[in-house]
Amino acid sequence: MMNYIWPCMILLSILFACITGNVPAVGDAVFSSVTEAVSLTIKMLGMFCFWSGIMQIAKTSGLTSIISKLLSPLLKRIFPSIQNDDDTKNAVSMNITANLLGLGNAATPLGIEAMRRLQTHTANKAVASNDMVLFVVLNTACIRIIPTTAAMLRHEAGAAAPMDILPATLLTSLLSCTCGLVAARVFEGIRHE
Amino acid sequence: MNNIGTYVLLSFISAIVLFAICRKTAVFDCFLSGAKDGIKNAVSILPALIALLFAVKLLTASGITESITAVCSPLLQKIRFPAEILPLCILSPISGSGSLSAFQDILAVYGADSYIGRVASVIAGATETTFYAVTVYYGAIGVKKIRHTIAAALCADIAGFILASFFVRLFFY
Repeated sequence: MMNYIWPCMILLSILFACITGNVPAVGDAVFSSVTEAVSLTIKMLGMFCFWSGIMQIAKTSGLTSIISKLLSPLLKRIFPSIQNDDDTKNAVSMNITANLLGLGNAATPLGIEAMRRLQTHTANKAVASNDMVLFVVLNTACIRIIPTTAAMLRHEAGAAAPMDILPATLLTSLLSCTCGLVAARVFEGIRHE
Repeated sequence: MNNIGTYVLLSFISAIVLFAICRKTAVFDCFLSGAKDGIKNAVSILPALIALLFAVKLLTASGITESITAVCSPLLQKIRFPAEILPLCILSPISGSGSLSAFQDILAVYGADSYIGRVASVIAGATETTFYAVTVYYGAIGVKKIRHTIAAALCADIAGFILASFFVRLFFY
């Protein structure tokens, strides 16, 4: 997909710049963007390391598996059909926990495992079941407790209190996730009729 | 009020460390091994970041972003959503590095503590890369028909954009 979007962004910009006469500014952007990407990476490097370190502590000490156990009653309500399948339930709740804590890299393999298990509950393996759709939507719109990367970039941009966005971020992600789940349920109802 | 986030962050870190000490985990060694993975992850997104920051900068410098903003502004003003954030909204479901690039661009132009900067921060903090998750999860298990996944996921994204501007107004203005 990015193979189409990226060239479009570039070619459209250059074409538009030629029409409006913004060519010098676009020329500048070629050079400034590349150095900015490198300095952006360096800015984030420390936070990435710090946070991966903290999360490694949470994982090794067993805190993530405790949180995942606490979540399982809630997940039973969202996915009633896997109630009697402990392995699936476990994979789903581990994935959601990893997402909740912002462990993006740990969440993906756990999520694939959960999808594979959800797939065993379907008759037609090439078609997504309602549970699979719900699970993917939960992953695309996940609740975020601590917005580390956003706060880091805010700090670099001179924000007075970079973490002041936390309550707004938490509520936004909580409600948008709920919207996603409701939408998934509503759409599956429409498709049935 | 503005310090709540900082308190949550600090209690989160101390809770994790305290729990680990009680469980007799080798805290320092764990941190170092995790942080080592962090280096790999940060550096591995550099190529995508260069590509997308370049494209986002071109869009801004050419004046396209400004024109789109001007066209959509009257409509979005009705829900008091800042049109300047549209590039971030368009890129954030498609590409993680793209949304990071657009976010960085907004912070540089409007400042972190402006209304626009804050809404962008909440969107950048609260949304995930929708198409990435869809591609990876369905791709990995070979599902071809994904039914209403994209529609439901985009509903969540759009709700997130509108809610972000609402909560920023509620908490800050």
